[in-house]
Amino acid sequence: MSDSEKAIKDATTGEYKYGFVTDVESDKAPKGLTEDTIRLISSKKNEPEWLLEFRLKAFKLWKEMPLPTWAHIHYPEINFQEIVYYSAPKPKKVLNSLDEVDPEVLKTFNKLGIPLEEQKLLSGVAVDIVMDSVSVKTTYKEKLMELGIIFGSFSDAVQHHPELVKKYLGSVVPMTDNYYAALNSAVFTDGSFCYIPKGVRCPMELSTYFRINEANTGQFERTLIVAEDSSYVSYLEGCTAPQRDENQLHAAVVELIALDNAEIKYSTVQNWYPGDSKGRGGIYNFVTKRGICAGVNSKISWTQVETGSAITWKYPSCILKGDNSVGEFYSVAVTNNFQQADTGTKMIHIGKNTKSTIISKGISAGKSNNSYRGLVKINKGAEKARNFSQCDSLLLGDKCGAHTYPYIECNNKSAKIEHEATTSKIGEDQLFYCNQRGIKTEKAISLIVNGFCKNVMDNLPMEFAVEAKKLLEISLEGSVG
Amino acid sequence: MLKIKGLKASINGKAILKGLNLEVKPGEVHAIMGPNGSGKSTLASVLAGKEEYEVTGGSVTFRGKDLLDLSPEARAGEGLFMAFQYPVEIPGVSNINFIKTAVNEVREYNKMPPLETKEFMKLLKDKQALVELDGKLANRSLNEGFSGGEKKRNEIFQMAMLNPVLGILDETDSGLDIDALRIVANGVNQLKNKNNAFVVITHYQRLLDYIVPDFVHVLYDGKIVKTGDKKLALELEKKGYDWITKELV
Ligand SMILES: Nc1ncnc2c1ncn2[C@@H]1O[C@H](COP(=O)(O)OP(=O)(O)OP(=O)(O)O)[C@@H](O)[C@H]1O
Ligand SMILES: [Mg+2]
Repeated sequence: MSDSEKAIKDATTGEYKYGFVTDVESDKAPKGLTEDTIRLISSKKNEPEWLLEFRLKAFKLWKEMPLPTWAHIHYPEINFQEIVYYSAPKPKKVLNSLDEVDPEVLKTFNKLGIPLEEQKLLSGVAVDIVMDSVSVKTTYKEKLMELGIIFGSFSDAVQHHPELVKKYLGSVVPMTDNYYAALNSAVFTDGSFCYIPKGVRCPMELSTYFRINEANTGQFERTLIVAEDSSYVSYLEGCTAPQRDENQLHAAVVELIALDNAEIKYSTVQNWYPGDSKGRGGIYNFVTKRGICAGVNSKISWTQVETGSAITWKYPSCILKGDNSVGEFYSVAVTNNFQQADTGTKMIHIGKNTKSTIISKGISAGKSNNSYRGLVKINKGAEKARNFSQCDSLLLGDKCGAHTYPYIECNNKSAKIEHEATTSKIGEDQLFYCNQRGIKTEKAISLIVNGFCKNVMDNLPMEFAVEAKKLLEISLEGSVG
Repeated sequence: MLKIKGLKASINGKAILKGLNLEVKPGEVHAIMGPNGSGKSTLASVLAGKEEYEVTGGSVTFRGKDLLDLSPEARAGEGLFMAFQYPVEIPGVSNINFIKTAVNEVREYNKMPPLETKEFMKLLKDKQALVELDGKLANRSLNEGFSGGEKKRNEIFQMAMLNPVLGILDETDSGLDIDALRIVANGVNQLKNKNNAFVVITHYQRLLDYIVPDFVHVLYDGKIVKTGDKKLALELEKKGYDWITKELV
């Protein structure tokens, strides 16, 4: 094996560096899913009757739905009765400061290089940490409250703003949408809720760090973001998970609603445990993310950097209903070892002069498979709709795969749709050129990969971009030399 | 500083270098000429450490170290630079980011701290001026969409930034217009001092009007078969290589 082949191999068989487990005592439901489990979740969370009914209805629907099989992914059958559907850190007294947060939790965050104290002091980011299924701590809530912004855990919102939750829950992703959305609707435990009132520009990036912590605990997050007329919010979602042997299922639902002239920017850095270099373990990530540009001139922008999970099944989408509304999707998906990713987006143009942009960058290494699946649909009434899509794939080594499935449905002749796609390989010549300039192969790969992803990374908020870059490096870096 | 003794190298089992000897001392400029396919680029690549080439015999010492024992990046760290005959393109990586990474990696190799942004920017300005490199090229992706001449000039710019001990220029003059040729040569002449050396591979004596070599070597069939001063280049220009090959028989 030549040196650079070896470097590629090393780089692509790197061990997951964020594999550690936090030991927090937790209170959990018995394994399995029945109506009783759902009633237990609902009562633990002290939910109103309508929400319990919502859950039970979803559960009934889910039981009759077949598993989706169309994606380019393979995995052993999931035994839904082997999963624990509720687990919460033992109830503790209300926390006033970070000093009161479990030191184990703080240690974990420090290992991740995200010292909360610093975040809090330096960057002014309000952090809503979701550890397993219950929010441990919310900061900056009061400051946001002054502006009328509601930002906190989903369960809090259910308690304090039930009318808002009731109005919007399931309005973008109905429980009938797909198998995992139905499952989520039945058993979701917590997540984030965010409401920006009319005319308010949220002055800080809102962020949530998700962690999956309990072995065998399915994670069913539910996020709902509502931006009223002429408001703006930038929301960051980032996650890493401890190393585990068993597969962990994650099926989140995220719903965004942008009203007239509102803008929502949703950025994700996802780094869940991808399984070991032999393909064992790892997170199954089946997510339904969808936003609706309900109002005129509204805008929803999804930016994601996906490096983790054994399986990723994820299509953040935009329904462009309001005239002149804009949908954007910027994505970097990295797969390594035996990871499988089937991701992409759907842009549904309904309103006039609606515009969408799709930039997808897939990087495959090891024996992984990376698929882009995108739908651009132009409805009859979407006069002068426009779409631009660019899907590029980069291959590291020759055992991995990249696939592109662009679907276009155009029902209006005035629409303009452009699609570009490329596939390239990191060449020996590029690596040698870098080496000759003194740049080590590992660094050269990260340089080339970062160059490849540049126009997606440029869309991430500054503080997130740094972290994302580090993540890209970590997920492709090995132990060269 | 560079001592090549009986160097033999092959690619895909085919012998290309067949016992090559060359010594380069500090302050010298060596020109290497020779017909197409004689092994000039191969020699440059072997010295730079391209792994496709298999060294089957001989030795190379560079600044007292066994060069063949070092990785390509360590060779660069030791001060060896090769201006490529065909520079590669790297989309999305800006020229400036690339050279900054390179400069700091070489510094790290030599146990020096990375350059402060201010110092780096100053160095960048100076060297850009040296090769009259268009400032716009600095922000473009490395070599992507550069014209042939721009690529070559960019190689010399990078060389100026890295300030190597030994610069190997593989046909940097090919594809350059007269002005660019003068600028590139001028750049090399300004970099030249008593502690560094250059090996210039070329087909044209024209370049040697600007970069005056101390020695001119003829590489033929994997060996240096004739060495002279710059007059040899003039002679080759007039008579071609035939007379040398005949001499050999
Ligand atoms: N990958 C390869 N496989 C087989 N032969 C090769 C390979 N690479 C180079 N060669 C051969 O090695 C010989 C020397 O090539 P090299 O590029 O060193 O010549 P050169 O002297 O630089 O020529 P030029 O003046 O055209 O640049 C040529 O015959 C070439 O075809
Ligand atoms: Mg050549």
